[in-house]
Amino acid sequence: MTYIAKPRLHHPSLTRNKVGYTRRDYEGKVSTLCAGCGHDSISAAIIQACWELDIEPHRVAKLSGIGCSSKTPDYFLGASHGFNTVHGRMPSVLTGANLANRDLLYLGVSGDGDSASIGLGQFAHAMRRNVNMVYIVENNGVYGLTKGQFSATADKGSQSKKGVVNADSPVDLVGLAMQLGASFVARSFSGDKAQMVPLIKAAIGHGGAAFIDIISPCVTFNNHAGSTRSYDWVREHNEAVSRIDFITGREEITATIQPGEVVDVEQHDGTTLRLRKLHTDYDPTDRVAAMSYMHARAAEGELLTGLLFVEAEAGDLHASQNTSARPLNSLGKADLCPGAAALDKLNAQLR
Amino acid sequence: MTQITATNDFVIKFANVNGSGSASANELFAKAILRMGVPVSPRNIFPSNIQGLPTWYEVRVSEKGYLGRRGGIDMMVAMNPQTWAADVEEIEPGGYLFYDSTRPRPASELRDDITVIGMPLTEICNAVYSDPRQRQLFKNIMYVGALSVLLDMDPAAIEGLLGEQYKGKEKLIASNVQALNLGRDFAREHLKHPLPIRVERAHRVGQRIFIDGNTAAGLGAVYGGATLCAWYPITPSTSVAEAYQKYSNKFRVDAEGRHNYAFVQAEDELASIGMVVGAGWNGARAFTATSGPGVSLMTEFIGLAYFAEIPVTIINVQRGGPSTGMPTRTQQADVLACAYASHGDTKHVLLFPEDPKECFEHTATALDLADRLQTPVFVMTDLDIGMNQRLCEPLTWDDARDYDRGKVMTAEDLEHKDFGRYKDVDGDGIPWRTLPGTHPTRGSYFTRGTTRDAYARYSERGPDYIYNVQRLLHKFATAATLVPQPVPRPAAKRTRLGVIFYGSTSPAMHEALDVLAGQGIHLDALRLRAFPFPASVKEFIDAHETVFVVEQNRDAQLRSLLVNELEINPAKLQKVLHYDGTPITARFITEYITDHVHDAVVSPQESKA
Ligand SMILES: Cc1ncc(C[n+]2csc(CCOP(=O)(O)OP(=O)(O)O)c2C)c(N)n1
Ligand code: SF4
Repeated sequence: MTYIAKPRLHHPSLTRNKVGYTRRDYEGKVSTLCAGCGHDSISAAIIQACWELDIEPHRVAKLSGIGCSSKTPDYFLGASHGFNTVHGRMPSVLTGANLANRDLLYLGVSGDGDSASIGLGQFAHAMRRNVNMVYIVENNGVYGLTKGQFSATADKGSQSKKGVVNADSPVDLVGLAMQLGASFVARSFSGDKAQMVPLIKAAIGHGGAAFIDIISPCVTFNNHAGSTRSYDWVREHNEAVSRIDFITGREEITATIQPGEVVDVEQHDGTTLRLRKLHTDYDPTDRVAAMSYMHARAAEGELLTGLLFVEAEAGDLHASQNTSARPLNSLGKADLCPGAAALDKLNAQLR
Repeated sequence: MTQITATNDFVIKFANVNGSGSASANELFAKAILRMGVPVSPRNIFPSNIQGLPTWYEVRVSEKGYLGRRGGIDMMVAMNPQTWAADVEEIEPGGYLFYDSTRPRPASELRDDITVIGMPLTEICNAVYSDPRQRQLFKNIMYVGALSVLLDMDPAAIEGLLGEQYKGKEKLIASNVQALNLGRDFAREHLKHPLPIRVERAHRVGQRIFIDGNTAAGLGAVYGGATLCAWYPITPSTSVAEAYQKYSNKFRVDAEGRHNYAFVQAEDELASIGMVVGAGWNGARAFTATSGPGVSLMTEFIGLAYFAEIPVTIINVQRGGPSTGMPTRTQQADVLACAYASHGDTKHVLLFPEDPKECFEHTATALDLADRLQTPVFVMTDLDIGMNQRLCEPLTWDDARDYDRGKVMTAEDLEHKDFGRYKDVDGDGIPWRTLPGTHPTRGSYFTRGTTRDAYARYSERGPDYIYNVQRLLHKFATAATLVPQPVPRPAAKRTRLGVIFYGSTSPAMHEALDVLAGQGIHLDALRLRAFPFPASVKEFIDAHETVFVVEQNRDAQLRSLLVNELEINPAKLQKVLHYDGTPITARFITEYITDHVHDAVVSPQESKA
């Protein structure tokens, strides 16, 4: 594996966003993933979303576990601090980092092996704690980095490249996240940039744990006939529940949409999620209805994508911890140390 | 029969049934002696279950101030029929047995070389109280009352304590005092008193405080500036986290009522250490408290923190291992597991507090060291210090003391200094780091457990790898100069014999050294307070022909560490090992050294034991 630095030369004509950065400023190192890997498309969508949202790259902390997917944070937002933790344990590290400094934007990237096998516990607990972050699982149904074993999200009956048929039932991270009380749950497809970018933007705007399961075919080990995570299969079975527009508070809302097909969800940071429902009976704010609808479509072999559930004002871990408004890592001795006089009092009580 | 005669110097043990409410009565007894100015040191010996099994409370009373276990029992308060035979057996010849004689024991179950004192506790309780819970609870207070007469204790000391304990609840004070008096009256009227063992007012406690090590460690984390405690319950460490939470609630709530700390009960130890790693990476001081099995789960992360150089503080309150071992018994058996935790070539800083005061200090120091060294630091306490109240010097804090946040570059630094995350700029092996979010264009880097060059760029080149791991070794050598230094205790006479000990063994060791000196056996002693070993440890060993290494585990783990790290001839280091799960006694150490000292002097180059 090599380390390839990207030239940082900017063409003067490149457009700059409101914070003065060009799209190139949101890139990272050159990817070392296989050409055509779905994960690279997700990196591109993250770059696009952050650029469009005028996020200062250095205000983002990107954390991941171990796997091809978990390598991707090296390939976007080069000016952010990144952390490749251990296999499956990104959620706890991100939780600790988030508690230390609530002012950064936390982006957690993981794989289906990383999150649904070794890291299933940590995934579950990060969801139920509602840690304020964007949690993206790049879901390809296999272990890419260790070369092609089934992951826990592989469908029962699906075939590996070597022709082995998977006998175990899949873990559905989306269903789990819903059940665990996650406040933002979405699914997308790495081949559908038009859907991914607004979803990621919405997830960034969300004030709690925003989970996006992105089906991301592994071209090397899981893109053959018999796989239910190949590009062709997903394209054929993809069923979007909505199209979303992400409207920042600063912009005037001008879109004209037919009433009855639209849901506006105000986000905690003043942004608006505008959902054009493709299924008029789909309500993304009703957890129970969303879950039962998902299950019904899954039984038909359909993969629902789009924003599946959102609870805009869910609060987050800092709210439940009631932590100070200032980042904990910025507090000094004066805020933290009770001092000698207080200790003397305690001593007196201990005699 | 000659009865044991002693004033302010004896050992009394209470044998109870877990869950019978004896704990607070027994503590009341011990504290009352303290209030009379006589040092005491109590130890809970309790089972790994909540109710029903035997539990003991052993109180060392020592005007001289010995706070370790002495060995042997002068008086047994036998309140548990289940353990009767073993409890009676344990009494020293000439000692005393106090028991509930509601159903008198036949002579065959007693001994004729001890004094047997019966009191019909159940009978009295049943006559006075109708409520079953009261019958149980007040039985305990009643025997404290009787003992206070037998041992000639000051009634005001006990009553004063009851008053403090139930402040504002006058009814409870009155009912407790009533039970106390029932015990007293019975003893005065029916029992020979005072006994030849008794307590007399002294002024030997001074300003010292009575506190357990876990509470002190939790408080140390508050004083040391930890803003995140992420933990998972495990005996005997749980009360460290609970104390941190309690004192944070008291001291760390801002004007808006919000917390200047976070406290997360994680889903397991994998997550608790993960959170600590994340917070440490992001510039907050964080710690976890755990015990052996928890450390096992944490090791992958500990390796990451070591290699990626992230500050992490772990308070390991050791218990009996391996595996679930003896969860409620004490050992010093995680020394090697922690020193070399995780795969590959790793080494970690360990601190060894000897008492609650050092639990407080070492915890605050560990937070500083973790930041300074950017590495995991373990505070290696154990159940004996952690969960037992110990008399110790008052906790002190110097208000001038600042937190050592280590080498963190600011945005301004980044403007005009070269930043290489893993570069040894200062020649001490410790690189500089930056925190996420510091500067728009400079100082960001990628943290990972895989190899990299000095600029944190992924690299599998041999020279880059060697540079890093050698620098880590160099950093470890720097650590030896920063950790708490060993405390020497030279013998009164020149001697070729030395002894090394650490942690909770300390109080028993000090008593043993006095006893041995009294027998003409002089040893220079060195109490280790940390790993890596400062240079003075090697010098000490080199200066002696034989060095006993006293510790509480089967495999002489500290000795292995000394042999391995300092390349000492193993034959020079003699093992003194106590590992049945109970705290080591002065008697054990004294006997072992007395038995082996001759061999040591005659043929020092042969390994013994
Ligand atoms: C404790 C541990 N066990 C196993 C591994 C080996 N390992 C590395 S990546 C990986 C699977 C990655 O799969 P996934 O998360 O699905 O990511 P992908 O590579 O498919 O993107 C495994 C098993 C490891 N690094 N650590
Ligand atoms: S092995 Fe699969 S997941 Fe890994 S980089 Fe290649 S295509 Fe992507």
